[in-house]
Amino acid sequence: MSELLTLSGVETHIGRYHILHGVELGVPEGQTTMLLGRNGAGKTTTLRTIMGLWRASGGEIRFGGERIDALSTPAIARAGIGYVPETMAVFSDLTVKENLVLAAREGEMDQTRLDWIFGFFPPLRKFWLSRAGTLSGGQKQMLSFARSLIEPRRLLLIDEPTKGLAPAIIGALIDCLKEVKRRGATILLVEQNFRVAQAIGDTVGVMDNGRVVHAGTMAELVADEAMQQRLLGLSLDTHQ
Amino acid sequence: MTSRFMPLSGDPPRSRALSIALILIVLALALAPFLFPGAKPLNVAAKVCIFIALAASYDLLLGYTGVVSFAHTMFYGIGSYGIAISLYSLGARWDAIGLGLLVALPTAALLALVIGLFSLRVQTIFFAMITLAVASAFAVLASQLSWLTGGEDGRSFRVPELLQPGTVYIPRDVLGVAVTGRTLTYYIVFASCVVLFLLLLRVVNSPFGRVLQAIRENPFRAEALGYRTVMHRILANCIAAAAAAAVGALNALWLRYTGPDTSLSFSIMLDILLIVVIGGMGTMYGAIIGGTLYVLAQNYLQALMGTVSTAAGEAGIPILPQLFHPDRWLLWLGVLFVLSVYFFPAGIVGKLRGGPG
Amino acid sequence: MSAQGTDGDTDAGAALPKTPRDYLPLLLPVALALAALPFVPSTSTWVTLTIAGLAMGMMIFVMASGLTLIFGLMDVLNFGHGAFIAIGAYMATLVLIPLAAWMQADSVWLNLAAVVPAVLFAMAVTGALGLAFERIVIMPVYGQHLKQILITMGGMIVAEQMLYAFFGPQQIPLPLPTSLRGSFQFGEAAIEKYRVVCVLVGLAVFLAMLAILNRSKIGLLIRAGVENTEMVEALGYRITRLFVGVFMAGSALAGLGGVMWALYREQVNAAMGGELLVLVFIVVIIGGLGSVTGCFIGALLVALATNYAGFLVPKLALVTDILLMVAVLLWRPRGLYPVTSR
Repeated sequence: MSELLTLSGVETHIGRYHILHGVELGVPEGQTTMLLGRNGAGKTTTLRTIMGLWRASGGEIRFGGERIDALSTPAIARAGIGYVPETMAVFSDLTVKENLVLAAREGEMDQTRLDWIFGFFPPLRKFWLSRAGTLSGGQKQMLSFARSLIEPRRLLLIDEPTKGLAPAIIGALIDCLKEVKRRGATILLVEQNFRVAQAIGDTVGVMDNGRVVHAGTMAELVADEAMQQRLLGLSLDTHQ
Repeated sequence: MTSRFMPLSGDPPRSRALSIALILIVLALALAPFLFPGAKPLNVAAKVCIFIALAASYDLLLGYTGVVSFAHTMFYGIGSYGIAISLYSLGARWDAIGLGLLVALPTAALLALVIGLFSLRVQTIFFAMITLAVASAFAVLASQLSWLTGGEDGRSFRVPELLQPGTVYIPRDVLGVAVTGRTLTYYIVFASCVVLFLLLLRVVNSPFGRVLQAIRENPFRAEALGYRTVMHRILANCIAAAAAAAVGALNALWLRYTGPDTSLSFSIMLDILLIVVIGGMGTMYGAIIGGTLYVLAQNYLQALMGTVSTAAGEAGIPILPQLFHPDRWLLWLGVLFVLSVYFFPAGIVGKLRGGPG
Repeated sequence: MSAQGTDGDTDAGAALPKTPRDYLPLLLPVALALAALPFVPSTSTWVTLTIAGLAMGMMIFVMASGLTLIFGLMDVLNFGHGAFIAIGAYMATLVLIPLAAWMQADSVWLNLAAVVPAVLFAMAVTGALGLAFERIVIMPVYGQHLKQILITMGGMIVAEQMLYAFFGPQQIPLPLPTSLRGSFQFGEAAIEKYRVVCVLVGLAVFLAMLAILNRSKIGLLIRAGVENTEMVEALGYRITRLFVGVFMAGSALAGLGGVMWALYREQVNAAMGGELLVLVFIVVIIGGLGSVTGCFIGALLVALATNYAGFLVPKLALVTDILLMVAVLLWRPRGLYPVTSR
């Protein structure tokens, strides 16, 4: 299977701090790749480096075969990568509609696609003209997802979408991600919740100390209790 | 020096070239009345002392606290006007000088406290804007309230007899240089500026000063460590204001005159900014180097500009005469200032200490 | 305050509370005008003072709006903004003085044929200077407030001195065109024509800004960028283009304000930039850094208060702006409408 996104030897410095120490990661086309690891392992920094929000100081990042590590963030986004940050980052002064109008870069929103999104996230239809700042946390996450889906994108980078959300909403997000994958998109998802990871992941990368310390299939990880124990200890035994 | 007596507060110049320059400057200033006899050189020397102390008090804000204030001349002016109004209305008495100081210094500190309470809570950009607004309102008030300040004309006043030029202590024929009330005034200015400088040096090297620098480097981290950033900044603002007022009082005493141009004008504010930036922000010693260079340049380069301007005019070169006209002094100052902020942020002291340029 | 966000993460079906909009500051200028009414001896004087205040307020708003917008979007406070105001005024003289004959002609069309190109020229030059200033002077110091303040202030001094060098230290008279001189008479009250024009231009600028910010995609981008520039980039927009565009527009507005002010005073001098900068800062602080609506209200408040005080207690008029600023900050320490994210 070909890799849509490949990171080789990626180094990232933030100010005086050296965060990523040669990250090696492949994201196979059409699959959902889970990025696991404890807090501070470098997962968010990896996503931000792919997106160009931090500059890689070494190594290379290829997307569909092309180097993207020297491109600006807007150019990376235009190449077909959608980003759902950990903070959701909805524009709270703008209405739900205006948030999506901005996300639909090329102008008009496609009504069928919008209806498809409303199918997963009915509250967005209901609060269409409300300011995003007045939405609840779960609704903001729906909006953040919707923003990355309003136009078809080849790759979605999603950072801890289920953090702090109620189970019913997590269910809706999982359904949505499965459907997005079925339609052919590739997903790189940072997740702390192993149940969620198990439900939707095809492949797995586990990070520690700014490196990918394990890469393999989800099925392999689910089957191998010992490895699970070792890696889960690494990724989930954190006090949050 | 191992004893408890530490005039430099454990913060020596840390550079051979810098130490030599500082020693030369201090020696020259200390012996100025005898090395450079004559009214103009002594004026220049007094102005150097005054600007060094003024710039040092500003460095406490700009260099150590990391905030930009445009109200420093206002506090300087409060000190100047305090002495002027007091001596003008009470007559040439020593207690008038004391009263002037007693009113001016607390007024300056109090005003700094109020401005700080209003604007330092929010963000430093707010502080810069508000100090600019308040300072310009103050300048307008000073020039309008003529009954108190003398308006645009300012106030000329007489100083106590011991300080008057006519009071001769040692006649000229003894040492070759007459020691008069003027000489005494110079040494009062010089000694006060030395004391002020050493006090400020002590402040920035105290635990308080170190917290200020921690706040400057990273306010959020300092806050997280439990320092009350706002209170520290406000206190620094008050100390700087009181020091500026004290320097203003010395200036008034030396000039025997206070008016908007000598104490409140925005160009003095720019002078101070330039001295601190060129000398080196956050070094204190930068004020000595920058102040000396600046006052010398102002007194002798401005004349040079006039020569260039006239020459260019005679040669028939367009626009150059206007650009080099002595009235355009501020133009070149501004250019120099912008370039130093970009390319020379550590200033001369930073360079001499071998830090990053 | 109504309760909100109580439904947690599940959609309980309850309608969201209406967005709480804060209308109180909007009433302030009206309240101020009404409060002054009993103190002014005659209603006609009050009308004259009020119109004069509104006209002055609109001019200050035009100058200040660009500054506050630039700050909101880019987190840059341009201390050199005053220079753009003065440069705008000088550029207008370059067009208007050669066309003095048209200005003095008794024809609205000839007057317009002089004024309109002068305004456009002033805005074009200040806009272009804004472009150069943003790219060359400000770009290296994005995110460094201390250096920004120092460098833009230095730029302001240099620009002011250049104006002195090129145009001389003397004031340049700039008489109003014939058709804008004189006043309308409403009963007892005399209202200068030019003041009405200022009010109309100011209102037009304000409404156009609101329309652009709320109705156009550029406006959406600006509002989104004020909140989170990073996410705007992650959606594929080049924020630097937006920065340049807003900076140019803001500088051009400063130029426009400068022309309006010069015609109002009927003279131009290089010191006007520095003097107006202080006024503009006070207005922007009162309104809340980054808020266009706040800036509009702040400008009206400052101008009305100055005009009433100038008539009632002339000495007080020297410090009304500062007192007003202090009063507003005591009520709302970040100004009337602070922009949330910073």
